[in-house]
Amino acid sequence: MKKPFAITLDPGSSLANKTGSWRTERPVYVDRLPPCNAQCPAGEDIQGWLFRAEGGDYEAAWRHLTRENPFPAIMGRVCYHSCEEVCNRGQLDAAVGINSVERFLGDEALKRGWGFAPPATESGKHVLVVGAGPSGMSAAYHLRCLGHGVTVKEAGPMLGGMLRFGIPRYRLPREVLDGEMQRVVDQGVAVELNARVACIADEMRIGRFDAVFLAVGAHIAKRAYIPAKDSARILDAVAVLRSMEGEEPPMLGRRVVVYGGGNTAIDVARTARRLGATEAIVVYRRTREKMPAHDLELEEALQEGVMVKWLSTIRRAGEGALTIEKMALDDSGNPQPTGEFETLETDSLVLALGQDVDLSLLEGVPGLELKDGVVQVDPLTMMTGHPGLFAGGDMVPAQRNVTVAVGHGKKAARCIDAWLRGARMPAAPKHALATFERLNVWYYSDAPKTVRPQLEIARRTSSFDEVQGGLTEDNALFEARRCLSCGNCFECDNCYGVCPDNAVIKLGAGKRFAFNYDYCKGCGICAAECPCGAIEMVPESV
Amino acid sequence: MTAEIKFYQTGTFTVGNRLLAPELHSVQASIERSNSLNSGHRACQGCGEALGARYAVDAAMRATSNRLIACNATGCLEVFSTPYPETSWQLPWIHSLFGNAAAVGTGIAAALKVKGKTDVRVIAQGGDGGTTDIGFGCLSGMFERNDDVLYICYDNEAYMNTGVQRSSATPPAARTATTMAVGPRPGASFGQGKNLPLIAMAHRIPYVATATVADLHDLEAKVDTAMRVRGARYLHVLVPCPLGWGSASHDTIRLARLARETGLFPVFEAEHGEVTAVTHIRRRVSVLEYLRPQRRFAHLFGTPGHPEMLARIQEEADRNIRRFGLLDASEA
Repeated sequence: MKKPFAITLDPGSSLANKTGSWRTERPVYVDRLPPCNAQCPAGEDIQGWLFRAEGGDYEAAWRHLTRENPFPAIMGRVCYHSCEEVCNRGQLDAAVGINSVERFLGDEALKRGWGFAPPATESGKHVLVVGAGPSGMSAAYHLRCLGHGVTVKEAGPMLGGMLRFGIPRYRLPREVLDGEMQRVVDQGVAVELNARVACIADEMRIGRFDAVFLAVGAHIAKRAYIPAKDSARILDAVAVLRSMEGEEPPMLGRRVVVYGGGNTAIDVARTARRLGATEAIVVYRRTREKMPAHDLELEEALQEGVMVKWLSTIRRAGEGALTIEKMALDDSGNPQPTGEFETLETDSLVLALGQDVDLSLLEGVPGLELKDGVVQVDPLTMMTGHPGLFAGGDMVPAQRNVTVAVGHGKKAARCIDAWLRGARMPAAPKHALATFERLNVWYYSDAPKTVRPQLEIARRTSSFDEVQGGLTEDNALFEARRCLSCGNCFECDNCYGVCPDNAVIKLGAGKRFAFNYDYCKGCGICAAECPCGAIEMVPESV
Repeated sequence: MTAEIKFYQTGTFTVGNRLLAPELHSVQASIERSNSLNSGHRACQGCGEALGARYAVDAAMRATSNRLIACNATGCLEVFSTPYPETSWQLPWIHSLFGNAAAVGTGIAAALKVKGKTDVRVIAQGGDGGTTDIGFGCLSGMFERNDDVLYICYDNEAYMNTGVQRSSATPPAARTATTMAVGPRPGASFGQGKNLPLIAMAHRIPYVATATVADLHDLEAKVDTAMRVRGARYLHVLVPCPLGWGSASHDTIRLARLARETGLFPVFEAEHGEVTAVTHIRRRVSVLEYLRPQRRFAHLFGTPGHPEMLARIQEEADRNIRRFGLLDASEA
């Protein structure tokens, strides 16, 4: 080709100049572990399902959520959502209402009838689950998803365990509980109700099952010695809450005293108020700061007119009255008697002093270690000292709440699956935590947390209607979109936009981005301007 | 100004977002953006000018359906993009001299008019040296004649390409090779320099705007507005320079953001000599936050440092905030 005057070279593109050779640090896309996910006892991928909910695809969000936890509608009501306490957005304005969005997704699933698909292939193995509480049913669900046959044996007449017999219906409506339990059953889980397993050694000897998961819960009320006249009416909290599920509500009277400081004590007091008690008084021997009951529940109880006598123990129970002794905290924070007494008039006393596990079914099983009234398990596998026998929920050493129990069920199911295949569950590598400092919060606009509508206080104390309302679709979407997506790319295009060298390749919707290291000079702007801290600068080996 | 998009996760602050309707996406978020200034250019790591030029020219390309010619003054932007025979430019591009970019733009616009190609538009661009000093006469003439050219100044506040000498856009107290950090009043003098956006407004041309590389949506909207107007238009973009400012390469956008949030660099639009809109400060910060990460201001800090000069710079920022009304009514 004839070149113009004074031109001797062909025109070339600067693409010939591979500026990537200048680099001393390279940007790398990473996924970090959001604090909510790290905190969740059930191991939910909260950021993951919020990400899907943000787009308005609630079914995809629900399916993502239920990969870890089959009970979002229950969780959205009874989980104490410690995830929200660690939410990075809390340092910006207010934590994302994770729990309320979870409930919205759960309710949406029940409303629209979304169900779980049966497993693609059957493994031919069969697992026995003892106990149809949150832990047992969670295990049944996950085992079924993995293709195993599952039989659940439940001593009680219905599914749900402590969800039904321990949590009042104003916190967990029974149609929600039934709906989510039934969905697991519909997956092909065999259920035997009123089928108490008296001796697990016998069950295992028969050999119908390849592995067993025990989750019988803690149902035996602890007692305290209180000198009482015969005429004193003393009940235990478990029995009171259980009888709420029967035909006849328990006779508690107009003035009810509950002894104890846990969530069960608060549940009983609130139940008593709803049954018409004019006075429901919780007697607790320490202070509010030391109370094990969840603050949210206590707050709602106080709003409903439940009263608490702090620093008090019950010395004697007589007819229609109790003798209370005032306590004082000593230097180490333990309550000590003061010798000051007072009288508290009451129609009945309910003891809510904690629950023990009925371990009688374990007799004759070799290799088990029982300590502090619970079964010891390998915390990595949930397996007891007896091969093939796994346990979880309230009967193993752990915090006792629904979310922990559900998490145990999942973990046990996956470890049972591995054990049945003769393998060991590989410990999943954990990403580094996505801390607040790694975020570039400039890019998040300000938005306050949506407050869930609450029923009028007056209505609450006279009925067993649900106390916490749910979110509408609008504010669920709003709430989901408040998620900062800590440590996980949400495709905001910032890296793609801010690179002075066009060295970021946009791979298209849902496929994220890649670096073009031929031209990336390693300036680090992409990492600095990534809102969620999903880019890391790594030194080049020069 | 940018459209108000109520978007709770990210507001309108990120480059794009998967949840936005496609028509609301920024040009830079698009896979089809023209990448007018392509990879392989030789700008330093973290160059604000390379970024600002791509932002602005890509937006102009979209606004004109790629019917665009660019002329370029001498300066970093020319030197790092076109070492003969390579070029990073993916549009018709011409370089002549340091001082005549505006005149070359005028000539191209006149030629297009003669040839009846009214759909092809012209931009002229340069750094602050080529604009506020060397090319100032040609630029003022282009304004005065109201020639149909958009002139874009990428302001990095000194002659960076030749070794960081002071220009008339260098801020007071800044250290450059010609305003050294020595003596009782180190760095560039107070009370000197030019404010070219205000000078452009004094010509009463149809459109004048300022922008930074920290607010892409704002910058693109301004280029788009400018390309809808005929006649002389002026866009002044603040582009931090890691080399000349002595800042970390990853801080380029952060510094541009801080320049706006301190009030030192007012972001506004003007039509026919009147200010029509200002971008309000979102989170007001002290000038110290902006100055401290830059080594060109290092002599102001430490002991004894120059607290009196820092105070004067803060006064300057406060004056801008007053003069342009940079705070929301609720915050002022």
